[in-house]
Amino acid sequence: MTGRAKTVGQSIAIAAVIGLLALLVWKLAFGDGQGAAGALAKGENPVAPAFTLSRLDAADGKLSLADLEGKAVVVNFWASWCIPCKDEAPALQKTYEQYRKQGLVVVGVDAQDFRQDAKRFAKRFGITYPIVYDGSGSTLGKWGVTGFPETFFVDRTGRLVGERIQGGIDAERNREAYAEGVRLALGKQQ
Amino acid sequence: MTRLLAAALAALALVGPAAAAAADRPVQADLEAEIVCPTCKTTLDQSSSPIATRMKAYIRAHIAAGDSAAEIKAQLVDQFGPAVLAEPPKRGFDLLAWLLPLGALAVGAVVVAALAWTWSRGRESAGGQEENGLDPDLERRVDEELARYDD
Repeated sequence: MTGRAKTVGQSIAIAAVIGLLALLVWKLAFGDGQGAAGALAKGENPVAPAFTLSRLDAADGKLSLADLEGKAVVVNFWASWCIPCKDEAPALQKTYEQYRKQGLVVVGVDAQDFRQDAKRFAKRFGITYPIVYDGSGSTLGKWGVTGFPETFFVDRTGRLVGERIQGGIDAERNREAYAEGVRLALGKQQ
Repeated sequence: MTRLLAAALAALALVGPAAAAAADRPVQADLEAEIVCPTCKTTLDQSSSPIATRMKAYIRAHIAAGDSAAEIKAQLVDQFGPAVLAEPPKRGFDLLAWLLPLGALAVGAVVVAALAWTWSRGRESAGGQEENGLDPDLERRVDEELARYDD
Protein backbone atom coordinates (compact mmCIF):
# COMPACT_ATOMS: atom_id res chain seq x y z
CA MET A 1 0.00 0.00 0.00
CA THR A 2 2.82 2.39 1.00
CA GLY A 3 4.79 1.63 -2.14
CA ARG A 4 1.68 2.18 -4.29
CA ALA A 5 0.92 5.56 -2.64
CA LYS A 6 4.52 6.58 -3.17
CA THR A 7 4.33 5.63 -6.86
CA VAL A 8 1.08 7.56 -7.33
CA GLY A 9 2.57 10.62 -5.63
CA GLN A 10 5.69 10.47 -7.77
CA SER A 11 3.58 10.05 -10.92
CA ILE A 12 1.51 13.13 -10.05
CA ALA A 13 4.63 15.19 -9.36
CA ILE A 14 6.25 14.11 -12.64
CA ALA A 15 3.03 14.81 -14.57
CA ALA A 16 2.85 18.29 -13.02
CA VAL A 17 6.46 19.06 -13.96
CA ILE A 18 5.93 17.79 -17.54
CA GLY A 19 2.74 19.87 -17.80
CA LEU A 20 4.51 23.03 -16.67
CA LEU A 21 7.40 22.38 -19.08
CA ALA A 22 4.97 21.85 -21.97
CA LEU A 23 3.24 25.12 -21.08
CA LEU A 24 6.57 26.94 -21.07
CA VAL A 25 7.58 25.45 -24.45
CA TRP A 26 4.19 26.31 -25.97
CA LYS A 27 4.40 29.88 -24.65
CA LEU A 28 7.92 30.32 -26.02
CA ALA A 29 7.05 28.79 -29.40
CA PHE A 30 3.65 30.31 -30.09
CA GLY A 31 2.91 33.04 -27.59
CA ASP A 32 4.96 36.02 -28.68
CA GLY A 33 2.72 38.21 -26.48
CA GLN A 34 2.72 40.97 -29.07
CA GLY A 35 -0.67 40.32 -30.65
CA ALA A 36 -1.34 41.52 -34.18
CA ALA A 37 1.34 44.19 -33.85
CA GLY A 38 3.96 41.44 -33.51
CA ALA A 39 2.87 39.80 -36.77
CA LEU A 40 2.80 43.19 -38.49
CA ALA A 41 6.36 43.88 -37.33
CA LYS A 42 7.46 40.58 -38.93
CA GLY A 43 6.18 41.82 -42.29
CA GLU A 44 2.95 39.82 -42.19
CA ASN A 45 -0.52 41.23 -42.86
CA PRO A 46 -2.71 39.53 -40.26
CA VAL A 47 -6.47 39.88 -40.15
CA ALA A 48 -7.29 42.78 -37.86
CA PRO A 49 -8.45 41.40 -34.48
CA ALA A 50 -12.21 41.66 -34.21
CA PHE A 51 -13.97 43.76 -31.60
CA THR A 52 -17.49 44.76 -30.74
CA LEU A 53 -17.60 47.63 -28.27
CA SER A 54 -20.11 50.19 -27.06
CA ARG A 55 -20.01 53.53 -28.83
CA LEU A 56 -19.10 56.50 -26.75
CA ASP A 57 -21.33 58.81 -28.77
CA ALA A 58 -24.44 56.60 -28.61
CA ALA A 59 -26.35 55.59 -25.49
CA ASP A 60 -26.79 51.93 -26.37
CA GLY A 61 -25.15 51.57 -29.75
CA LYS A 62 -22.34 49.16 -30.46
CA LEU A 63 -19.74 49.17 -33.18
CA SER A 64 -18.08 46.09 -34.55
CA LEU A 65 -15.02 46.15 -36.75
CA ALA A 66 -16.85 43.66 -38.96
CA ASP A 67 -19.49 46.34 -39.62
CA LEU A 68 -16.83 48.31 -41.50
CA GLU A 69 -16.08 45.55 -44.01
CA GLY A 70 -15.12 47.00 -47.39
CA LYS A 71 -13.90 50.25 -45.86
CA ALA A 72 -10.41 51.44 -45.10
CA VAL A 73 -10.08 51.87 -41.33
CA VAL A 74 -7.65 53.81 -39.19
CA VAL A 75 -7.85 52.34 -35.69
CA ASN A 76 -6.53 54.71 -33.06
CA PHE A 77 -6.09 53.56 -29.44
CA TRP A 78 -6.17 56.46 -27.02
CA ALA A 79 -7.14 57.71 -23.55
CA SER A 80 -8.18 61.14 -22.35
CA TRP A 81 -5.33 61.26 -19.79
CA CYS A 82 -2.68 60.77 -22.48
CA ILE A 83 -0.91 63.96 -23.55
CA PRO A 84 0.14 62.94 -27.12
CA CYS A 85 -3.47 61.84 -27.72
CA LYS A 86 -4.51 65.46 -27.28
CA ASP A 87 -1.87 66.63 -29.71
CA GLU A 88 -2.83 64.19 -32.46
CA ALA A 89 -6.63 64.48 -32.14
CA PRO A 90 -6.99 67.36 -34.68
CA ALA A 91 -4.88 65.46 -37.25
CA LEU A 92 -7.06 62.34 -36.92
CA GLN A 93 -10.21 64.41 -37.34
CA LYS A 94 -8.67 66.04 -40.43
CA THR A 95 -7.88 62.60 -41.92
CA TYR A 96 -11.47 61.51 -41.36
CA GLU A 97 -12.87 64.61 -43.05
CA GLN A 98 -10.39 64.44 -45.93
CA TYR A 99 -10.83 60.74 -46.86
CA ARG A 100 -14.34 59.97 -45.66
CA LYS A 101 -15.80 60.18 -49.17
CA GLN A 102 -13.20 57.68 -50.38
CA GLY A 103 -14.46 55.14 -47.89
CA LEU A 104 -12.06 55.69 -44.99
CA VAL A 105 -13.26 55.57 -41.39
CA VAL A 106 -11.28 56.57 -38.34
CA VAL A 107 -12.27 54.55 -35.27
CA GLY A 108 -11.08 55.75 -31.90
CA VAL A 109 -10.78 53.07 -29.22
CA ASP A 110 -10.82 54.80 -25.86
CA ALA A 111 -9.25 52.37 -23.41
CA GLN A 112 -8.51 52.29 -19.66
CA ASP A 113 -10.28 55.57 -19.20
CA PHE A 114 -13.35 57.11 -17.55
CA ARG A 115 -16.26 57.24 -19.99
CA GLN A 116 -17.15 60.80 -18.98
CA ASP A 117 -13.57 62.01 -19.42
CA ALA A 118 -13.52 60.51 -22.91
CA LYS A 119 -16.79 62.21 -23.82
CA ARG A 120 -15.43 65.55 -22.65
CA PHE A 121 -12.27 64.94 -24.67
CA ALA A 122 -14.27 64.20 -27.85
CA LYS A 123 -16.37 67.32 -27.36
CA ARG A 124 -13.35 69.51 -26.67
CA PHE A 125 -11.55 68.41 -29.84
CA GLY A 126 -14.65 68.37 -32.04
CA ILE A 127 -14.28 64.68 -32.90
CA THR A 128 -17.00 63.40 -35.22
CA TYR A 129 -15.55 60.00 -36.15
CA PRO A 130 -16.87 56.98 -34.21
CA ILE A 131 -15.33 56.30 -30.83
CA VAL A 132 -15.80 53.04 -28.96
CA TYR A 133 -15.22 52.55 -25.25
CA ASP A 134 -12.99 49.76 -23.87
CA GLY A 135 -12.62 50.65 -20.20
CA SER A 136 -11.10 47.31 -19.21
CA GLY A 137 -8.66 47.37 -22.14
CA SER A 138 -9.85 43.97 -23.39
CA THR A 139 -8.75 44.69 -26.98
CA LEU A 140 -5.21 45.82 -26.16
CA GLY A 141 -3.60 42.38 -25.87
CA LYS A 142 -5.03 41.08 -29.15
CA TRP A 143 -3.82 44.13 -31.02
CA GLY A 144 -0.50 44.25 -29.17
CA VAL A 145 -1.00 47.77 -27.89
CA THR A 146 1.64 48.69 -25.33
CA GLY A 147 0.88 52.37 -24.74
CA PHE A 148 -1.18 55.31 -25.90
CA PRO A 149 -1.62 56.52 -28.52
CA GLU A 150 -1.12 53.74 -31.04
CA THR A 151 -2.53 53.67 -34.56
CA PHE A 152 -3.15 50.77 -36.97
CA PHE A 153 -4.35 50.66 -40.57
CA VAL A 154 -6.88 48.12 -41.85
CA ASP A 155 -7.39 47.73 -45.60
CA ARG A 156 -10.69 47.02 -47.34
CA THR A 157 -10.20 43.26 -46.97
CA GLY A 158 -9.86 43.54 -43.20
CA ARG A 159 -6.11 42.99 -43.03
CA LEU A 160 -3.58 45.11 -41.20
CA VAL A 161 -1.30 47.07 -43.48
CA GLY A 162 1.54 49.55 -43.07
CA GLU A 163 3.23 50.05 -39.73
CA ARG A 164 1.88 50.16 -36.21
CA ILE A 165 2.42 53.79 -35.18
CA GLN A 166 3.48 54.26 -31.57
CA GLY A 167 3.08 57.81 -30.34
CA GLY A 168 1.26 60.71 -31.92
CA ILE A 169 0.59 60.54 -35.66
CA ASP A 170 1.49 64.21 -35.85
CA ALA A 171 4.98 63.61 -34.42
CA GLU A 172 7.76 64.34 -36.93
CA ARG A 173 9.04 60.75 -36.86
CA ASN A 174 5.59 59.29 -37.57
CA ARG A 175 4.21 61.56 -40.30
CA GLU A 176 5.57 59.60 -43.24
CA ALA A 177 4.49 56.22 -41.85
CA TYR A 178 1.05 57.65 -41.13
CA ALA A 179 0.57 58.95 -44.68
CA GLU A 180 1.77 55.61 -46.04
CA GLY A 181 -0.61 53.70 -43.75
CA VAL A 182 -3.58 55.75 -44.93
CA ARG A 183 -2.56 55.21 -48.56
CA LEU A 184 -2.20 51.43 -48.10
CA ALA A 185 -5.52 51.18 -46.24
CA LEU A 186 -7.29 52.99 -49.09
CA GLY A 187 -5.58 50.66 -51.55
CA LYS A 188 -4.06 53.45 -53.58
CA GLN A 189 -1.14 52.79 -55.90
CA GLN A 190 1.98 54.85 -55.25
CA MET B 1 -28.83 70.44 36.99
CA THR B 2 -31.79 69.05 35.02
CA ARG B 3 -31.02 71.53 32.26
CA LEU B 4 -27.41 70.42 32.14
CA LEU B 5 -28.44 66.78 31.90
CA ALA B 6 -30.91 67.55 29.12
CA ALA B 7 -28.25 69.46 27.19
CA ALA B 8 -25.78 66.60 27.56
CA LEU B 9 -28.37 64.09 26.33
CA ALA B 10 -29.20 66.30 23.34
CA ALA B 11 -25.50 66.63 22.49
CA LEU B 12 -25.11 62.83 22.68
CA ALA B 13 -28.13 62.35 20.43
CA LEU B 14 -26.54 64.64 17.85
CA VAL B 15 -22.99 63.32 18.12
CA GLY B 16 -23.95 59.61 18.14
CA PRO B 17 -25.27 59.30 14.56
CA ALA B 18 -22.57 61.65 13.25
CA ALA B 19 -19.86 59.49 14.81
CA ALA B 20 -21.47 56.36 13.40
CA ALA B 21 -21.63 57.95 9.94
CA ALA B 22 -17.96 58.95 10.19
CA ALA B 23 -17.07 55.38 11.12
CA ASP B 24 -18.93 54.02 8.05
CA ARG B 25 -17.38 56.56 5.73
CA PRO B 26 -14.86 55.01 3.35
CA VAL B 27 -11.21 55.90 3.87
CA GLN B 28 -9.28 57.14 0.84
CA ALA B 29 -6.14 55.20 1.75
CA ASP B 30 -8.08 51.94 2.21
CA LEU B 31 -9.72 52.24 -1.19
CA GLU B 32 -6.43 53.14 -2.84
CA ALA B 33 -5.01 49.89 -1.45
CA GLU B 34 -7.97 47.90 -2.77
CA ILE B 35 -8.11 49.27 -6.33
CA VAL B 36 -5.65 48.40 -9.10
CA CYS B 37 -4.33 50.90 -11.61
CA PRO B 38 -5.33 49.46 -15.03
CA THR B 39 -2.16 50.51 -16.84
CA CYS B 40 0.51 49.65 -14.25
CA LYS B 41 -1.28 46.71 -12.53
CA THR B 42 -0.30 47.83 -9.04
CA THR B 43 -2.65 49.21 -6.42
CA LEU B 44 -3.37 52.92 -6.64
CA ASP B 45 -1.37 53.70 -3.50
CA GLN B 46 1.72 52.31 -5.29
CA SER B 47 1.22 54.26 -8.50
CA SER B 48 1.45 57.83 -9.68
CA SER B 49 0.55 57.17 -13.33
CA PRO B 50 -1.90 59.61 -14.96
CA ILE B 51 -4.85 57.21 -14.76
CA ALA B 52 -4.02 56.28 -11.15
CA THR B 53 -3.93 59.97 -10.24
CA ARG B 54 -7.28 60.46 -11.98
CA MET B 55 -8.77 57.46 -10.16
CA LYS B 56 -7.58 58.77 -6.80
CA ALA B 57 -9.29 62.09 -7.55
CA TYR B 58 -12.46 60.19 -8.55
CA ILE B 59 -12.45 58.28 -5.25
CA ARG B 60 -11.85 61.48 -3.27
CA ALA B 61 -14.76 63.22 -5.01
CA HIS B 62 -17.12 60.32 -4.44
CA ILE B 63 -16.18 59.96 -0.77
CA ALA B 64 -16.94 63.66 -0.39
CA ALA B 65 -20.26 63.10 -2.16
CA GLY B 66 -21.16 60.50 0.49
CA ASP B 67 -20.83 57.30 -1.56
CA SER B 68 -20.02 54.10 0.31
CA ALA B 69 -16.90 52.02 -0.42
CA ALA B 70 -19.05 49.36 -2.11
CA GLU B 71 -20.68 51.96 -4.33
CA ILE B 72 -17.35 53.48 -5.36
CA LYS B 73 -15.92 50.04 -6.13
CA ALA B 74 -19.00 49.13 -8.17
CA GLN B 75 -18.66 52.35 -10.19
CA LEU B 76 -15.00 51.63 -10.89
CA VAL B 77 -15.76 48.02 -11.88
CA ASP B 78 -18.43 49.37 -14.25
CA GLN B 79 -15.83 51.57 -15.93
CA PHE B 80 -12.70 49.40 -15.85
CA GLY B 81 -13.99 45.85 -15.36
CA PRO B 82 -13.55 43.44 -12.40
CA ALA B 83 -9.75 43.35 -12.79
CA VAL B 84 -9.67 46.77 -11.16
CA LEU B 85 -10.30 45.11 -7.78
CA ALA B 86 -7.15 43.99 -5.98
CA GLU B 87 -9.12 41.15 -4.39
CA PRO B 88 -11.26 39.10 -6.81
CA PRO B 89 -14.97 38.92 -5.93
CA LYS B 90 -16.08 35.85 -3.96
CA ARG B 91 -18.54 34.61 -6.60
CA GLY B 92 -18.68 32.88 -9.97
CA PHE B 93 -15.45 31.93 -11.69
CA ASP B 94 -13.48 34.39 -9.50
CA LEU B 95 -14.35 32.24 -6.50
CA LEU B 96 -11.72 29.80 -7.76
CA ALA B 97 -9.02 32.32 -6.87
CA TRP B 98 -10.09 31.92 -3.22
CA LEU B 99 -10.86 28.20 -3.26
CA LEU B 100 -7.84 26.87 -5.15
CA PRO B 101 -5.23 27.98 -2.57
CA LEU B 102 -7.39 26.55 0.22
CA GLY B 103 -7.78 23.31 -1.76
CA ALA B 104 -4.03 23.15 -2.38
CA LEU B 105 -3.45 23.72 1.34
CA ALA B 106 -5.86 20.91 2.24
CA VAL B 107 -4.26 18.52 -0.27
CA GLY B 108 -0.82 19.46 1.07
CA ALA B 109 -1.94 18.78 4.64
CA VAL B 110 -3.33 15.37 3.65
CA VAL B 111 -0.09 14.49 1.82
CA VAL B 112 2.05 15.56 4.79
CA ALA B 113 -0.18 13.61 7.20
CA ALA B 114 -0.04 10.51 4.98
CA LEU B 115 3.74 10.72 4.72
CA ALA B 116 4.10 11.21 8.47
CA TRP B 117 1.83 8.22 9.11
CA THR B 118 3.75 6.04 6.64
CA TRP B 119 7.07 7.09 8.15
CA SER B 120 5.97 6.43 11.74
CA ARG B 121 4.56 3.00 10.77
CA GLY B 122 7.82 2.14 9.05
CA ARG B 123 9.77 3.02 12.17
CA GLU B 124 7.41 1.05 14.38
CA SER B 125 7.70 -2.13 12.33
CA ALA B 126 11.47 -1.69 12.11
CA GLY B 127 11.60 -1.28 15.90
CA GLY B 128 9.37 -4.34 16.36
CA GLN B 129 11.67 -6.41 14.22
CA GLU B 130 14.61 -5.32 16.35
CA GLU B 131 12.78 -6.34 19.52
CA ASN B 132 11.31 -9.68 18.42
CA GLY B 133 13.36 -11.00 15.60
CA LEU B 134 16.73 -12.12 17.07
CA ASP B 135 19.28 -13.54 14.71
CA PRO B 136 18.62 -17.35 14.81
CA ASP B 137 22.32 -18.05 15.01
CA LEU B 138 22.72 -15.73 17.97
CA GLU B 139 19.64 -17.20 19.60
CA ARG B 140 21.06 -20.69 19.24
CA ARG B 141 24.36 -19.61 20.79
CA VAL B 142 22.57 -17.92 23.71
CA ASP B 143 20.56 -21.09 24.29
CA GLU B 144 23.77 -23.14 24.26
CA GLU B 145 25.44 -20.82 26.75
CA LEU B 146 22.42 -20.88 29.04
CA ALA B 147 22.27 -24.70 28.84
CA ARG B 148 25.96 -24.88 29.82
CA TYR B 149 25.25 -22.79 32.93
CA ASP B 150 22.32 -25.03 33.78
CA ASP B 151 24.64 -28.02 33.62
